[in-house]
Amino acid sequence: MASLDDLKKRIASVKSTQKITKAMKMVAAAKLRRAQESAEKGRPYSEKMNNVILNLSNGISDKENAPKLLSGTGQEKTHLCVVMTSDRGLCGGFNSNIIKKAKSYFAKILDEGKELKIITVGSKGNDQLKRVYGDKIIENISFKESKNANYFDADKVGKMVIEKFEAGEFDVCTIFYNQFKNVITQIPQAQQIIPLNNEGEESSSEESYEFEPDEDEILSNLLPKNISTQIFKAMLENSASEQGSRMSAMDNATRNAGEMVDKLTIEYNRSRQAAITKELIEIISGAESL
Amino acid sequence: MSEEFKVEIVNPEKSFLVKDDVSEVVVPAFEGEMGILKDHISIISFLKPGIIKILSKSGDENYYVEDGIVEFKNNNLSILTSTIFNLADMDKSKQQDLLKEAEEEANKTDLNDQSKYLADQKVEVLKTLN
Repeated sequence: MASLDDLKKRIASVKSTQKITKAMKMVAAAKLRRAQESAEKGRPYSEKMNNVILNLSNGISDKENAPKLLSGTGQEKTHLCVVMTSDRGLCGGFNSNIIKKAKSYFAKILDEGKELKIITVGSKGNDQLKRVYGDKIIENISFKESKNANYFDADKVGKMVIEKFEAGEFDVCTIFYNQFKNVITQIPQAQQIIPLNNEGEESSSEESYEFEPDEDEILSNLLPKNISTQIFKAMLENSASEQGSRMSAMDNATRNAGEMVDKLTIEYNRSRQAAITKELIEIISGAESL
Repeated sequence: MSEEFKVEIVNPEKSFLVKDDVSEVVVPAFEGEMGILKDHISIISFLKPGIIKILSKSGDENYYVEDGIVEFKNNNLSILTSTIFNLADMDKSKQQDLLKEAEEEANKTDLNDQSKYLADQKVEVLKTLN
């Protein structure tokens, strides 16, 4: 059994850990609110963008010659996966969930004999993937310096993806991120962004538009922007999810630490009592033997 | 009574501006400036760097945009843009910063024709703001 001193030290150390996790929880809660707000504020833009593109792609007359970003390259040989994770740990299953989802997708792709390329956004994803898929990772981007998700960063990723697409480096692009449902539930998502998958979505209006300049030109201008927008949306969802996940993980940690302190305290008191009893017995039996 | 319609400007971070008493909006569309009045035909177009003028009863407003898409439908004008500044808030130094950035971009040699054109446009518009 541990000595009284050891127990005392352990209680103190668990207590200070609890303080840290509690503080982290508070910080995550505050950040979560902000992240959630900006995720909500960012929604109109991506929705409108989606709408416009739907209207456009319905209006396009020549499907054969539609921009490649919309219709694809006509083959599905090389897949590019953009895996978006956080830069910091201590957020529960947040990163592992995305990685798990991504890994099962990778396995499927490789089973089908297709080529795989990976871009990781956020250092945690890179850390976890480079052991198994190190040779597949072609790029690793991290936005440690940026405090919040911003469009400028998303645009950088988007431009890179498009550059690679135009260079013919891949045919299909999928992004992985966590969709924020609520504080305790985040759903890992795989979303295909190239070619654009509009199936099952109906345009909201049958009205015909006038286009200036023509559809093709607008589309080819718009589609790259849409890529950045989708990535930005994913980043916003991700940052809200990260904070939510961290908050519940830290909440659990705080509670567990509390339980541990209780348990240790009981043990401490019990051994203190035992020591006193032992001393008393020694004194008494010493006196009796006289 | 009304010759007014609704305009909404959104950028990726938030809904930038919503106004529903607008009488005319002039946008720098790609093929030239375009004035939009009420009951304009549905149109989709995209923007080049320039000034958006919003004329309304509650006062006129001017915004500088670098790119974007306009959609007009059922007397709702939506402008999607990633870079927008209210001219009223823009001071000299901000403008100089943007100008410098634009000039640097315009002076790059590896640009294709379209981005070169857009960068030149940017410089031109920013210079006229002086």
